[in-house]
Amino acid sequence: MNLDFTVIPAYLDVVLLGAVWTIAITVAAALLSFVGGIIFAVVALYAPLVVRLPFRLFAWLFMGTPLLLQLFLIYFGLVQIGIDLPAFVAGVVGLGLHFAVYNSELIQTSILAVDRGQMEAARTLGLSRGQALRKVVIPQAVRDVIPPIGNNMIALLKDSALVSVIGVSELTLSAQLAIGRTYRPFEFYVLAAVVYYVINLGMEAVQRRIERRIAAAR
Amino acid sequence: MTEPKPFVDIRNAQKSYGALEVLKDISLQVARGEIVAIIGPSGSGKSTLLRAINDLDPLTGGEVWLEDTQINKKLPHRQYEKHINQVRQNIGMVFQHFNLFPHLSVRENVTLAPKLLKGLSDDEAEELAREQLEKVGLIDRIDYYPSRLSGGQKQRVAIARALAMKPKVMLFDEATSALDPELVEEVNLVMKKLAEEHMTMIIVTHEMGFAETVCDRVIFMDKGVVVEEGPPSKIFRNPDNERTQNFLRKHLANANR
Repeated sequence: MNLDFTVIPAYLDVVLLGAVWTIAITVAAALLSFVGGIIFAVVALYAPLVVRLPFRLFAWLFMGTPLLLQLFLIYFGLVQIGIDLPAFVAGVVGLGLHFAVYNSELIQTSILAVDRGQMEAARTLGLSRGQALRKVVIPQAVRDVIPPIGNNMIALLKDSALVSVIGVSELTLSAQLAIGRTYRPFEFYVLAAVVYYVINLGMEAVQRRIERRIAAAR
Repeated sequence: MTEPKPFVDIRNAQKSYGALEVLKDISLQVARGEIVAIIGPSGSGKSTLLRAINDLDPLTGGEVWLEDTQINKKLPHRQYEKHINQVRQNIGMVFQHFNLFPHLSVRENVTLAPKLLKGLSDDEAEELAREQLEKVGLIDRIDYYPSRLSGGQKQRVAIARALAMKPKVMLFDEATSALDPELVEEVNLVMKKLAEEHMTMIIVTHEMGFAETVCDRVIFMDKGVVVEEGPPSKIFRNPDNERTQNFLRKHLANANR
């Protein structure tokens, strides 16, 4: 056995800085994927065909191709049509849109699962369909969809490791930098794994808090 | 004697779901301040008729009028939406399963539509909510969420919510059918109070006893047609039509409540 964990303290700051970037990317992409998910869901359910079709195509592309490929396309490919994004932004956009599409499927189901009596009651009071969606149906759908979306966000955290390949110094890449100096892959990958797990625990705690607040207002 | 102009006027209502004809040429007029009960077996079309009044389930034929406005006017989509949303502000509806908004407090349930559609300020809305909740006897629950209310309380909040828009007519779709028997009375009392204030009410119900006490006119429907109508004393005590008699006999227990 050739393990030497004493190399870790010297590079702990590098790895933890990487963790901060991972959290930043994850939070930003998660927010984008949440808001995007709601928008895509509303479009998929309620927009006229002219608007729905391009979104459908977009969703199909994001669901049918590897996330890694999507990141490459956004970071390297878009430059050729004039869109030059910094790596961090490309990473957030790629992750965010990718998961927005998956979230949208969940949110659509949740919206359709809201009892139709809710829409009827709202329309009966004189609310337009848009107002009824905004004030009555979607708030309920969003509350109901938090647990499955939470699961998606954990997946997002794990997939954030992929942005290392477009050069963002997040956790995985930082671990690799440390390994490049110390030639100790096992120790640093284990460290990275532990840090991912801790971030994971943090996200679950946030999700529980959100769910509790929703339950209180019931 | 000149007929008073009908307040709610249903003309030749017809509703089909594909091959199934649920409403067959029904005409019905309700005067202002009149309280009308619609009774009949399941599948008779009474809920469908009620829900056609505010175009919740649009008719396939015929017209519905509220005063001088045709409710189910044929208009291009956008104009129709504006029109129907405006018209519905004048028609309050109470559902069998309450349909309170669970993510909003009682206060918010009642003030949502007035604030959104009539631009009421927070203070005005608060006053309005208190007024309506006092009327239904639930002012002390104003901060509660629907999940903490009993069925009867939920229904009373639903009534307050509908009244908050100051409608000209109230529609009740089996308002007490989903309630435990001991909770029915509190809702009936609220409806009785409304009747005494001369609200125009159209009530689809299975509560024959309540209908007899409160209503000016009873309409018996069966298989999509109006079989018989008249004052409660006639319909409940001495109906002409055999189908009416059969129906009421089956409901004898309810009628004696």
